[in-house]
Amino acid sequence: MTEGIGARVKRTEDRRFITGKGKYTDDIRMENQAYAAFVRSPHAHAKVTGIDRSAAEAMEGVVAVLDGHQLTGDGIGNIICGWAITSKDGSAMNMGAWSALATDRVRYVGDAVAVVIADTAAQARLAAEAVEVEYEELPAVTNAEKALAEGAPQLHDNAPGNLIYDWEIGEEAATDEALAGAAHVTELPIVNNRVSPNAMEPRSAVAIYDEADEHYTLYTTSQNPHVARLVLSAFYNVAPEHKLRVVAPDVGGGFGSKIYIYPEEITCLWASMKTGRSVKWTSTRSEAFMTDAHGRDHVSKARIGFDTEGKIVGLKVDTIANFGAYMSLFSSAVPTYLYATLLSGQYDIQNIHCNVRAVYTNTVPVDAYRGAGRPEACYLVERLMETAAREMGADPAELRRKNFITEFPHQTPVIMNYDSGDFHGNLDKAMAAADVAGFDERRKEAAARGKLRGLGYSCYIEACGIAPSAAVGSLGAGVGLWESAEVRVNPVGTIEVLTGSHSHGQGHETTFAQVVADRFGVPLNSVSIVHGDTDKVQFGMGTYGSRSGAVGLSAISRAMDKVEAKVKKIAAHTLEAAEDDIVIEGGEVKVAGTDRKMAWHEVGLAAYTGHNLPPDMEPGLKEGAFYDPVNFTFPAGAYICEVEVDPDTGVTEIVQFTAADDFGTIINPMIVEGQVHGGVAQGIGQALLENVVYDDAGQLLTGSYMDYAMPRAWDTPFYTLEHNTTVCPNNPLGLKGCGEAGAIGAPPAVINAITDAIGDNDLQMPATPQKVWRMIQATQTPIAAE
Amino acid sequence: MYPTKYHKPASLEDAVAGLRSAEDGALLAGGQTLLPTMKQHLAAPTDLIDIRGIDGMSGIRVEGDVLVIGAATTHAEVAGSSDVQAAIPALAQLASGIGDAAVRHMGTIGGSVANNDPVADYPSAVLALGATIVTDRREIAAEDYFQGMFMTALEEAEIIRELRFPKPRRAAYAKFPNPASRYALVGVFVADTAAGACVAVTGASESGVFRHEGLEAALSGDFSADAVDGVEISSEGFMSDIHADADYRANLVRVMARRAVAALG
Ligand SMILES: Cc1cc2nc3c(=O)[nH]c(=O)nc-3n(C[C@H](O)[C@H](O)[C@H](O)COP(=O)(O)OP(=O)(O)OC[C@H]3O[C@@H](n4cnc5c(N)ncnc54)[C@H](O)[C@@H]3O)c2cc1C
Repeated sequence: MTEGIGARVKRTEDRRFITGKGKYTDDIRMENQAYAAFVRSPHAHAKVTGIDRSAAEAMEGVVAVLDGHQLTGDGIGNIICGWAITSKDGSAMNMGAWSALATDRVRYVGDAVAVVIADTAAQARLAAEAVEVEYEELPAVTNAEKALAEGAPQLHDNAPGNLIYDWEIGEEAATDEALAGAAHVTELPIVNNRVSPNAMEPRSAVAIYDEADEHYTLYTTSQNPHVARLVLSAFYNVAPEHKLRVVAPDVGGGFGSKIYIYPEEITCLWASMKTGRSVKWTSTRSEAFMTDAHGRDHVSKARIGFDTEGKIVGLKVDTIANFGAYMSLFSSAVPTYLYATLLSGQYDIQNIHCNVRAVYTNTVPVDAYRGAGRPEACYLVERLMETAAREMGADPAELRRKNFITEFPHQTPVIMNYDSGDFHGNLDKAMAAADVAGFDERRKEAAARGKLRGLGYSCYIEACGIAPSAAVGSLGAGVGLWESAEVRVNPVGTIEVLTGSHSHGQGHETTFAQVVADRFGVPLNSVSIVHGDTDKVQFGMGTYGSRSGAVGLSAISRAMDKVEAKVKKIAAHTLEAAEDDIVIEGGEVKVAGTDRKMAWHEVGLAAYTGHNLPPDMEPGLKEGAFYDPVNFTFPAGAYICEVEVDPDTGVTEIVQFTAADDFGTIINPMIVEGQVHGGVAQGIGQALLENVVYDDAGQLLTGSYMDYAMPRAWDTPFYTLEHNTTVCPNNPLGLKGCGEAGAIGAPPAVINAITDAIGDNDLQMPATPQKVWRMIQATQTPIAAE
Repeated sequence: MYPTKYHKPASLEDAVAGLRSAEDGALLAGGQTLLPTMKQHLAAPTDLIDIRGIDGMSGIRVEGDVLVIGAATTHAEVAGSSDVQAAIPALAQLASGIGDAAVRHMGTIGGSVANNDPVADYPSAVLALGATIVTDRREIAAEDYFQGMFMTALEEAEIIRELRFPKPRRAAYAKFPNPASRYALVGVFVADTAAGACVAVTGASESGVFRHEGLEAALSGDFSADAVDGVEISSEGFMSDIHADADYRANLVRVMARRAVAALG
């Protein structure tokens, strides 16, 4: 099969992307187009005591200047977090009110207080500067630990002590007891640094209100337009669902940051109704740094205990998660059910306890970012394993092997039930490809060149396709996490697949079509994938958490089952054969073992002419499915990073990076490799370069690429990739997911390699040259006491 | 960006006149510094006077022992010039390490030197090589020209025409790029000149580019990388920011100086 499952098909969508023919939200221009510019708080925390709009209103081109009192006055609802977490004392989480435009108080630099609608974007921006907002400054806090401290500035009246929830999982007493009896305990403070998502395409919205039909259309940069419509309708009261169409056209990257519904989209919809104009807003890069939901920002203390044989007896973790100024849509689930449930890693650990406190600070809201909770868990567990091995004088690979889970299904003490995997096999493949055996030689050779060479492992496991709906519902999720599909075979035999998944870089138009081509033996170019428009596609759940393969394609597969059944019925009737004897092969529908057959398109035509169908059969050939998985899927792998550190400058060069992944079935190896490359690059970015910094007053110091270090091509090596496939037993295609693995597995491998090189384990991300140099100064060239 | 008027004069005289008559005029060369600040509303000139159309403002030539580079010559032109590569290869190499390809094809040497960003690359070469800054009205020696971060000897409406670089015996530039911006976190330009060893440091000091007397003294006796090791590099007056503190910058001055000297061959 040159186009089906397993084929390295070039991405069909790339033709329009690389020739500049993509159609993004900002490319959409309506008749009567007006532009929005937001008036944003320059203060991290302040009371809004007055807004003077007169100067702005008088400016050329200005259509309207609107504020939060008008917005709430029109009944627009507060922005919500859709996953209810219950604290360990049984109390509900403390969600503070978040209005799309602030009314009386601002809580982070960039918080929107008003919006200007004008004929041109430049006029809107100029007028936004002329809106005079009177603030009464309040003390601010940006660090989560400080926010919990006595006397810290308070952000929301209903969240005393800035505490959103204090949650736990696992058995504390049993874990304490296990640790008390351990032969060796390794303890590490772990900081998971805050990062900015930096999608290539900034967020954008075009809102169109049709007064005659009382109907709204929103074009927006969304990873899940259906959920956006639901939330805009059910919670923000913009319009009832049948009067609101949401379209997410081509979207240039999301990494999680485009899952959420932000103040700007809501405001544009409302402003379009207010002004009778179509309203467009496109984020500047500065606004993106200031307002796109950030990722990570955990501070943890972790202890892991081992018996004399090196078997893990217990793991105890205390985590503080910085949520920023407001609770973003999925924020609450990230440091709980997407994080603490993965703390067992690839290891058989009987006792785990994790406590998580979620905290408000005067920073931009934090939510899921490529990996969402799993990178934080993996980083913590894998730093602990490597450090423990060093402390105990054990080989880090051997210590892991001693503790690997080898039998499936495996129930961890933290909810997850691993369905499949081959952790030894992953590590074998990675170690062979990375030539671990030759490392000592390479280290010596590097030393002769004055370089410190180190090697670090990371054996990650993660959970994709968050599900099933009943289970997530019982844990507090406000939505179900299934996916929908509709497969339409046209009268001429071409096929349209309508999916609730959304592609914003993943290559669905190619991989999804490959699966369909594979099933029906039709050419790839006779299949098209339709997504991202609530007027075209049935309700769906969108793309995040590496769910499009495991959940989205499973739904398509189920719909194809139904199509296949009908096709066989039609062919059996036409060819006067038994249904069971019909096979679909190479674009033909045949009676097995005979030369009787119909071309694929003849079946399509027969279905739609209806001239000769089996009695009682409805005409047409179109089937739908809603697929709700029975479990998460569990991609896992072994990553090995080798670095050389320059002791003179502290610069780390990644000289070798090996990834052996188990993603289950692979549909398009080229696209999967691209996902691993991108994910690992993002992980390297977090490990070496990326860091959001606020000063104590709450000003964002990393507000542009002058100060926020993104990885560039030369920061990343040529990767060595291996696959070790165990098929997922729980979905029709055996898929596990590959979209986030790299970003999850890479950071600990990089940091473990650097700490190996410099001989000091107490390193926090990002491992900047200055930080590493200073540690080398301390460990390698002690300054003689006077 | 605030509204602004764009002018493209054909002569220096017209450019100066344009600047003088504008309410708040600014010269525009490659725009790689000025335009981003205007887009961020940090600068709002009423008039932009583009100097790239002025005859003789760009181009590279050799006059005996002097390499002459027109102010509107782009970084890419300097990096790719066989004249520069033959006369002062370190200067070509420096230019090739500025920003990215887009920046190098727009940004100019005159704009960089006029701006005198404390983390820019060119000022170190201009100072270490003892270049002369030739303007529409006078010649300024490099040592008189740089007057602290973003400060120069340029007067109101004075336009740099060209830069004259005396050929050194040997020279080298070592740069430690800022991980985010790729400007110099520290850059050290070392030149072995008729006037002796000259070492200029950019990226480090709160007062902008400066000559390091200690390094120059050490290298005057012994032009070797080892000579650098004994020199005390004080971090006093050095910048401290989220990327690097003063002590780390001081370390980088030593390491970059060493590497530059080693690269002299
Ligand atoms: C992404 C990016 C990365 C960069 N990286 C680096 C780097 O690594 N190293 C580095 O050194 N620089 C870097 N730069 C800056 C770049 O080199 C600029 O090109 C340079 O600093 C300014 O030159 P310009 O021709 O673009 O000047 P402009 O931006 O047009 O002007 C800058 C200033 O100089 C004045 N001016 C311009 N020409 C003259 C003249 N002939 N006489 C008098 N005044 C004049 C202008 O009025 C203005 O005030 C970077 C810039 C960008 C955007």
